[in-house]
Amino acid sequence: MSVASTDNAISTGRITRAFIYLMLILFATFYLLPFGIMVLNSVKPLSEITGGNMMSLPQVFTLEPWFKAWNSAQIGVEPTGLKPYFWNSLKMVFPAVTISTVLGALNGYVLTKWRFKGDTILFGLMLFACFIPFQIVLIPMARVLGFLGIAGSTPGLVLVHVVYGLGFTTLYFRNYYQVFPTELIRAAQIDGAGFFRIFWRIMLPSSGPIIVVSVIWQFTNIWNDFLFGASFADLDSQPMTVALNNLVSSSTGVKEYNVHFAGAILAALPTLLVYIVAGRYFVRGLMAGSVKG
Amino acid sequence: MVDQTNSSVAMAADYATPTAVKPDLRTRLQNLIPKLVLSPSLALILVFVYGFIIFSVYLSFTGSRILPVYDWVGLENYEKLFRLRHWSIAIKNLGIFAGLYIAICTAIGLGLAIFLDQKIRGEGFLRPIFLYPMALSFIVTGTAWKWFLDPGIGLEHTMHLWGWESFEFNWIKDRNFAIYTVVIAAVWQTSGFVMAMFLAGLRGIDNEILKAAQIDGASNWNMYRRIIIPQLRPAFLSAFVILSHLAIKSYDLVVALTGGGPGRATEVPATFMYSYTFTRNQMGIGASSAVIMLMTIAAIMVPYLYAELREKK
Repeated sequence: MSVASTDNAISTGRITRAFIYLMLILFATFYLLPFGIMVLNSVKPLSEITGGNMMSLPQVFTLEPWFKAWNSAQIGVEPTGLKPYFWNSLKMVFPAVTISTVLGALNGYVLTKWRFKGDTILFGLMLFACFIPFQIVLIPMARVLGFLGIAGSTPGLVLVHVVYGLGFTTLYFRNYYQVFPTELIRAAQIDGAGFFRIFWRIMLPSSGPIIVVSVIWQFTNIWNDFLFGASFADLDSQPMTVALNNLVSSSTGVKEYNVHFAGAILAALPTLLVYIVAGRYFVRGLMAGSVKG
Repeated sequence: MVDQTNSSVAMAADYATPTAVKPDLRTRLQNLIPKLVLSPSLALILVFVYGFIIFSVYLSFTGSRILPVYDWVGLENYEKLFRLRHWSIAIKNLGIFAGLYIAICTAIGLGLAIFLDQKIRGEGFLRPIFLYPMALSFIVTGTAWKWFLDPGIGLEHTMHLWGWESFEFNWIKDRNFAIYTVVIAAVWQTSGFVMAMFLAGLRGIDNEILKAAQIDGASNWNMYRRIIIPQLRPAFLSAFVILSHLAIKSYDLVVALTGGGPGRATEVPATFMYSYTFTRNQMGIGASSAVIMLMTIAAIMVPYLYAELREKK
């Protein structure tokens, strides 16, 4: 994003600039407000939300909603809190991210440095797979997961996320390796290095940034997925997003808004942390997924 | 072994097959490895994407209800589908949602990008703020907006407490306006991303042309209208493609924000497909709705991807 200079030939007058700053600040408020309100109200007792003002600071500061959301809130039928589902998500995310990134790297390497007839068509097929509406695969996927004996389990979800993440990881590595000097590969070949040796010794050591991009993209996508989790998981494997939705939309009992907010922040925390730590790479992944190259 | 003369490097570089006269077994194995490495991924995609698509398309021509059955009923499901009021509501909602969502996101994205491109102090601080919602799950976004827009505790309630007694904002509870709250939440989530796409486009524009135009006395307005915005065409195209595909796929946000309600006021094809397939046991109709969704997306994505892949060559 910040490759080109920020220098711009347009010059603006003082009033225009004031207007621009005003708009930018207004929009910054618009983006911050909903999340800010969640944070603010997650540390209030419930009475202060139902009886008070959502935008005011808490009069009584309490972390009770956070503990409740984590440990004891009613999710579905069990009062387990979000904790077990948080682990479910982690157990699903790590293998899925690792496998899809490794496969994506290998695919990208093959598709750029060991090209063969028809490889662009194959890549096109993989790429289109990223964009299909997943509704089209829900029915057969449910059948196949059942057939494989991994329906409703974490391995089943891992498989699903690997398959539908492959297109993106392949795209990242392919675009990245495309500009990697092929002469180096040829030279290594002449020296007798084989396929894997070249990958391991030459490609991988310089793939750092794109590995980060791919890992972050996959992590964010898989962590945030709802459709597959809602369709293919049972109680022992339900991811965080599904549990959060159960918590928030359950129609029984008093609506504990503060607990809902704390839960939503808990569900958002991992991806948000990744964004804060490595936002640059996250944006790069987003961009590569849209304006390729 | 490998042709390394300068002129043919560029040509040979793309194809790894060494130009040996008689490849021995080892070389042939070596040549097979890349394809072997690619094949598991390819097999997964072929089965789980294209195989599944064929299966779903087939199902849409059968009378499947709870479980898939394989009796051919022709176009019956599609005829039923388009006679269902439920489906026409979903289509109409998607039209409203997608139209507004794409238009507003593009407008906000372009506006913010142009503003940020004016040597703004604190750009590095503002940009991440505009973009962070993109890192959140739609379920989180839905939860935040669901309660923020709830007239009982959210914005309306707050305005009343602040003394604006007549303030009314109960769209999320109003059948006629609920779909617009989905637009608000979705715009909140993705407009920053569109901003980033346009900003990247703006930063790629050659300043020399602008300076020349300035010397010729062009106003800022005219420079944007005549020179800069036309040059952002690729960014507009990408934004349109990405946003329309997100709009058609949007499911999580609707579920979390309104659950398709009140009534069926925010039903969209994605929620329709899910409920017909898995809760109403009308799998044939569910499959046919999924096929319609796929065809809509394919109509947008296939030409786009085709053009992008061709350009690369």
